[in-house]
Amino acid sequence: MSVVLAVLIGVLAAAGTALLLQRSLTRIVLGVGLLANAANLLVLAASARPADAPIVGNDGRLGDPVPQALILTAIVIGFALVSFLLAVAYRAWTISGNDQVEDDIEDRRLAAALRARAARQGDAPADPGPPARPEADR
Amino acid sequence: MRSLLPLFVVLPLVAAAVSVALARVPKAQRTVAVVTIGATVALAVVVLVSVDRDGPLRMNLGGWPGRIAITMVADRLAAVMLVLGAVMLLVVLFYALGQSGEGARSPWYVPAYLVLAAGISAAFLAGDLFNLFVAFEILLAASYVLITLEGDDDQIRAGTTYIVINVIESLLLFLAVGLVFAATGTLSMAELPGRLAELPVGIAVGLNVLLLIAFGLKAAIFPLFSWLPDSYPTALSPVTAVFAGLLTKIGVYALIRTETQLFPGGQRTLLLVIAGLTMVIGGLGAIAQVDMKRILSFHIVSQIGYMVAGLALGGVAAIAATVFFIIHQIPTKTALFLVEGVVEQDTGTSALDRVGGLARRSGVFGLLFLLPALSLAGIPPFSGFVAKLGLIEAGFGLAEWVIVGVAVAASLLTLLSMVKIWTGVFWGDPQPHPRGRVGVIRHHRLMGAVTAATVALGLAVAVAAGPIWRFCERTATDLVASAPERGGDR
Repeated sequence: MSVVLAVLIGVLAAAGTALLLQRSLTRIVLGVGLLANAANLLVLAASARPADAPIVGNDGRLGDPVPQALILTAIVIGFALVSFLLAVAYRAWTISGNDQVEDDIEDRRLAAALRARAARQGDAPADPGPPARPEADR
Repeated sequence: MRSLLPLFVVLPLVAAAVSVALARVPKAQRTVAVVTIGATVALAVVVLVSVDRDGPLRMNLGGWPGRIAITMVADRLAAVMLVLGAVMLLVVLFYALGQSGEGARSPWYVPAYLVLAAGISAAFLAGDLFNLFVAFEILLAASYVLITLEGDDDQIRAGTTYIVINVIESLLLFLAVGLVFAATGTLSMAELPGRLAELPVGIAVGLNVLLLIAFGLKAAIFPLFSWLPDSYPTALSPVTAVFAGLLTKIGVYALIRTETQLFPGGQRTLLLVIAGLTMVIGGLGAIAQVDMKRILSFHIVSQIGYMVAGLALGGVAAIAATVFFIIHQIPTKTALFLVEGVVEQDTGTSALDRVGGLARRSGVFGLLFLLPALSLAGIPPFSGFVAKLGLIEAGFGLAEWVIVGVAVAASLLTLLSMVKIWTGVFWGDPQPHPRGRVGVIRHHRLMGAVTAATVALGLAVAVAAGPIWRFCERTATDLVASAPERGGDR
């Protein structure tokens, strides 16, 4: 495995992971793209020795074509998924005006209800129950 | 007989294409879907009978030699999963036809659903790791469409989490597949066990853990489950029902293949710890919730723990218990989500504090929830009891007392949260309802009938527990004994 390729895979994976941890969906999509490329290159690098010929003719040492077929399939699938993610990001933008990925709303509501109950403990023995659901309720 | 195998994928895909063309004729579209999935059910039963009698079926598509061909293999485990998957898909399809509302009328529901069916069958039949990856992609892509079908605020928010986490899962799986190929030079499930056994321990453990993380994300095991209770509840009820019943189980199916055939006995302690934590944390999470759909979603996680526990214990008895658990779990879990869907359709919400007194409005409907709920909690004589008994017996046999204790404690948690749903939704005075104090099922005949059929299926598992258990033992014997090779050519 060539050092250049190894470093490239490392940089791509690191950048992809950093982008994936962002709140903006657009950056997450870019991160997925970089990570997918890192994965593809890793499989490519693991499949053949440097300077092996690709599959041309029958002479000399040839790279194994199977991983290349795997990568080709993965590229196509990744392309489709990234386009779908972009569509979702666009939809999120048309709905809310931004593409921030939000936390689990219901979970935050539960935690807030618990905190409120703990704060009231003592003067309000009756269980007030959780507050009404936000407007998202159908 | 073996030439039937590709039909499981080809039929739904062709039907999906046809139903896209019929997008403006909803009736024709639904007929196509019902006929196709009905045919898949019949084919799956034929394959199951044949496989159980004559041994595994194996097919290299297009007559290519084994190393290049797309291989489809149906052994006992794959065949029984095919039957369960097809039956549940058919049941939920009928249920969706009975539902009213924006999303269920979407012209894209049926095509996406058929693609999902193709992906699920392809995953069960995959004879090599890469085709398993592709099958996962097919069913995931369809599930992305289904989970964001309505495209409203909630679904987009939760759908984003679901899609991103599954894309990461796919990347990890692809990486694992590529590295397995680099290490062994093959991807065939038949050749891999032997080649993997020759690898140095370090590399084998690395590959094993990478596959565990990828499939564990899909199955929603302990540290990797938090996406599930967030995203499943926002989808349409028929979508959630089929996701809850089938999708996580496909992760478990892949875990079974990994842990019994590819890396037998690897990571036993790790899996035991994960199983215990998954059961308890899923159960505790369920108790904290105040929404029926979310309680049930946390239960999916908890129940996955039991399946992983059987897998971790290893040996014929425990693996048989895991397979039985899956057979019990798929109809039971689906039935509970179908009940939830009727509640939501009738009252417009599934928040425990907004619904009440449904048992007084319809006793039969209350029973439809009660039976699978008790089964899930493991109360005799239901199928959940048999499944948990099998698991606990296997634990006794191997003297793994801790996991047995945790399993028993976690089923108490299950019971507790079922009681929570029961008191919240079914007991108490009925909430004022636009239609007055009338039955629930009367207004949702098709949905009610389908739910009843699913509940009956779950009960049938309990009635036929003996033969099913013996089948599970044969399956487990296959898996354990044939670890070096999965099925021979026929």
